[in-house]
Amino acid sequence: MSKPNPDERFYSKDHEWVKDRGDGTALIGITDYAQEMLTDIVFVELPPVGKKLAAGEPLAVVESVKSVSDVYAPVGCEVVEVNTELEGAPELINSDAFGAGWIAAVRPDDPEQLKTLLRAAEYDKLIREDGQ
Amino acid sequence: MELIFEKSRPGRAAVDVPASDVPPVNLNEAIGEKYLRRELDLPEVAEIDLVRHFTGLSRRNFGVDLGFYPLGSCTMKYNPKLNEDAAAQPGFTGLHPACDDSFAQGNLELMFSMQRLLSHIFGMADFTLQPAAGAHGELCGVMMIKRYFETRGEKRRIILIPDTAHGTNPASGALCGFETVNLRSNAEGGVDLAHLESLMNDEVAALMLTNPSTLGLFERGIEKVAALVHNRGALLYGDGANANAFLGKVRPGDLGFDVIQLNLHKTFSTPHGGGGPGSGPVGVSAKLADYLPVPRIVKQDKGYAWSDNFPRSIGRVRSFYANFAVVVKAYAYIRSLGAEGLKRAAEIAVLNANYVKEKLKPHYDLPYDRVCMHECVFSGSRQVAQSGVHTSDIAKRLIDFGYHPPTIYFPLIVPEAMMIEPTETESKETLDSFCGAMITIAGEAKTNPQLLRDAPVSTPVARLDEVLAARRPDVAWNKPRSPDDF
Amino acid sequence: MDYCPHTKEDIEQMQAAIGIKSIDELFDDIPDKYRLKNIPGVPSSLSQQETLELLQSIAARNVLPPVTLTGAGAYAHFIPPVVGHIVGRAEFYTAYTPYQAEISQGILQAIYEYQTMIAHLTGTEIANASMYDGASAMAEAAILAAKISGRKKILAARSVHPQYRQVLGTYLWANGFTVSEIPFTADGLLNFVALEKELDDSVAALIIQSPNFFGCIEDVRPIVQAAHEQGAMLIAVLGDATSLGILEPAGACGADFVVGEGQSFGNPLSYGGPYLGIFAAREKYLRRIPGRIAGATVDKNGKRGFVLTLQTREQHIRREKATSNICSNEALCALVACVYLAAVGKNLRELALLNIYKAQYLKGRLLELNGWRQVFSAPVYNEFVLACQDAKAANARLRAAGMTGAYEPAGDYPELENTLLFCATELLSKKDLDRVVETLKEEEG
Repeated sequence: MSKPNPDERFYSKDHEWVKDRGDGTALIGITDYAQEMLTDIVFVELPPVGKKLAAGEPLAVVESVKSVSDVYAPVGCEVVEVNTELEGAPELINSDAFGAGWIAAVRPDDPEQLKTLLRAAEYDKLIREDGQ
Repeated sequence: MELIFEKSRPGRAAVDVPASDVPPVNLNEAIGEKYLRRELDLPEVAEIDLVRHFTGLSRRNFGVDLGFYPLGSCTMKYNPKLNEDAAAQPGFTGLHPACDDSFAQGNLELMFSMQRLLSHIFGMADFTLQPAAGAHGELCGVMMIKRYFETRGEKRRIILIPDTAHGTNPASGALCGFETVNLRSNAEGGVDLAHLESLMNDEVAALMLTNPSTLGLFERGIEKVAALVHNRGALLYGDGANANAFLGKVRPGDLGFDVIQLNLHKTFSTPHGGGGPGSGPVGVSAKLADYLPVPRIVKQDKGYAWSDNFPRSIGRVRSFYANFAVVVKAYAYIRSLGAEGLKRAAEIAVLNANYVKEKLKPHYDLPYDRVCMHECVFSGSRQVAQSGVHTSDIAKRLIDFGYHPPTIYFPLIVPEAMMIEPTETESKETLDSFCGAMITIAGEAKTNPQLLRDAPVSTPVARLDEVLAARRPDVAWNKPRSPDDF
Repeated sequence: MDYCPHTKEDIEQMQAAIGIKSIDELFDDIPDKYRLKNIPGVPSSLSQQETLELLQSIAARNVLPPVTLTGAGAYAHFIPPVVGHIVGRAEFYTAYTPYQAEISQGILQAIYEYQTMIAHLTGTEIANASMYDGASAMAEAAILAAKISGRKKILAARSVHPQYRQVLGTYLWANGFTVSEIPFTADGLLNFVALEKELDDSVAALIIQSPNFFGCIEDVRPIVQAAHEQGAMLIAVLGDATSLGILEPAGACGADFVVGEGQSFGNPLSYGGPYLGIFAAREKYLRRIPGRIAGATVDKNGKRGFVLTLQTREQHIRREKATSNICSNEALCALVACVYLAAVGKNLRELALLNIYKAQYLKGRLLELNGWRQVFSAPVYNEFVLACQDAKAANARLRAAGMTGAYEPAGDYPELENTLLFCATELLSKKDLDRVVETLKEEEG
């Protein structure tokens, strides 16, 4: 059973979560469901601070032993911070996907765009259907 | 087991160097001190310890000469010793590649003859022997496709690749600047013809097809596939990795393939060597012959010679000519089997695979229940549902029974896939024993799944921590590591 | 001769188990009009004896000279007998790629030892388990540099092996990258002035070779610095790999990648293949480099073991996003190199010295001949270029005397007409070298 998807966050169909920090920036990570599918994560390729991305462009790359997955920018944004802890401890995503396993902090080009993302209940439904 | 470096002791040596019979030279004058290396940290071991070290390592290794290797798509057939001896002759091993052509007439004749033989076997116009492996051959083949369209002034940027394809296919396409587009398989395991038709347009350069597919199934729609591709002016690339299924039964050239790559270390019995060297000859139809890599062998009155005089060639894909010793082994194989032996190899390979399929069918899920070719694909899904053990556990448990596991988790469209390719050189008894082991394991999966999860228990090491190896890579031994590193 | 154990009874039983009357039924999916009765153009089978006799007769049509004066990317060195005995063990050579690590610890540990020695010899931190050959290793390093940097231009010294530059050209064309050549000076070394004109921030990497194709030893440090100042990587290609026994490796001078041919480490000349592509790099590129890599780890009981690691770089996982499509490599040739290096050990330095002495001796004696002069003044390892009156005639004399002549660079470098690229390894005795000189001396008479 994956950990519950926190209500106040936004979600993408590619299993990213977005947390509005209220200061014009937002944290991005992948959900607990996603890390379960990937199994043990061995490496995270983080973007450089300052990189500008359009919605849907690859933000980071997460590698497990047997697979590679892109993490996409859910909205157009600029990278303002990256979680350097992941360099030495990529397993943080496995143990705490919603907390210490955050991947990057970004400044969305248009904060209103966040509202086009899924809410927790909609994401819950998505992963239920995925499982079937 | 200790590393060779851990056995090293200062002052020991396995091999000496003769004293110089010419005057020594002052290095500082001849070369200059700043160009000299400061330290040379290579092992110092006596020959006896060297031999024990590597002999010990060999005993921790599984090879075809030890046991059954039913690896789907790898064609781990027996490596005849005849081929080894044929290739080991000094006349073959000792010649410098840049020697005058007049010194190498035997080699040139052998390679030229090999090109002709392969052309006959596969129904192609000509072959190159340059590529050093199947993937290298794929790259070469895709490069020729690219050059073909460039020469014709046609901008084609897409290559279609079935979802059952080996990873080297899309990788090769991408490496030549093509966009790779996924082509779906139908419920029978063949190409979804409707999907193919919808994808075909004037931007498609080629379809890369493996026939039989990586599911071990012959493409029933091959004539329609070829027509759909050719009618839009595109080319049909054949991944010949599964050629062992059809030697002497059908020829890709006749089916409409424009370019195919082979794997001599699969179909033509040359040894795998722990990962290589292989050899990946590429055959082409007449329309692509101009683009073959140079140099090419030309036959003249006075004999054979290398020639660069092919202006449309894609150029070179390697130094010198070929993985020559590998080509010699495959040549010896083809000549010893002859036309009838090659055909029999395919027939028995297919017989063996279907036999295994029938025996295992009651015990493992068979996603495509139809006549297979030289390999069959099962799924461990039933075992996962029953007791949560995975294909990887089944594979590891097979090791305890003395077998190398089949190919697992490939092709990607079959969940928990197990691809079994017996090859023709395995006897009925071996197949019966193997199937017996698989059936026993299916039983264990139900009644005592922990046996599978703990496997293997009979090997020098138990299951290894691949996650640690990827998280904290250690790819070169530097100094004694602290226990904290592990 | 075929290798199927099946008797008539076996086949009947198996057919019954499958539910067919004849094997032909298993091929019903092949459209009738394409079904073969027999393969045209392929002769009938031969017995083992006949096959061996045939191959012997083919080999006998070759001329195998006892003395080889050519290097140019393939080198005749002494192969210690222990190498063949170890690599000839069937547990090694009939093994598959070590994906099932528990039953492949032998080859995996040997690859790990090989990687370790290559990293050390090249002055870098990491090496992969092999590429196809020196040329493709160089081409793949260039592609990787372009992909990492996002830049599309490669600079290559013209003194890099001509065939390697041809392969580079083919690979770069396929990927849509470009290459520019940097000339060499009268000394035989990289033309620094020309380099500085071309080096800018559009360049992904500069490729040099040392010792270069002419045998000349480059001063790598300043070249590395110049490249790095423009944000370009430095790819250093090996000459004869045994030079690593005595010369400072490019890795120690800061090169990003050290690639080249490992055939010199115990692999026979074998008319050009199979050879051994060495690919070594700085540690920071570990997760990007192509090819298989063996890594150390522990099993569930804490015991040390080895696995193929970082496989997510490779084609079977990354597929179209892989930076290389390499799958099979030259594993057995790498095992050969591993055994060779462990066997020769620190004596590699003595071996390299011997090569230098032989080359200097030959060069000195040839320069005593009328009309022979040195072409390049830079220091050399075991190869050197000399000019003479008529290079073709000189080589013809050498061949007539039963030797593989020297390499004629004029085909690749038109300005080097009437020159010869000689190579002298430890296999050439003083007697052999004196005979070379005597043979060439007669010609001027």
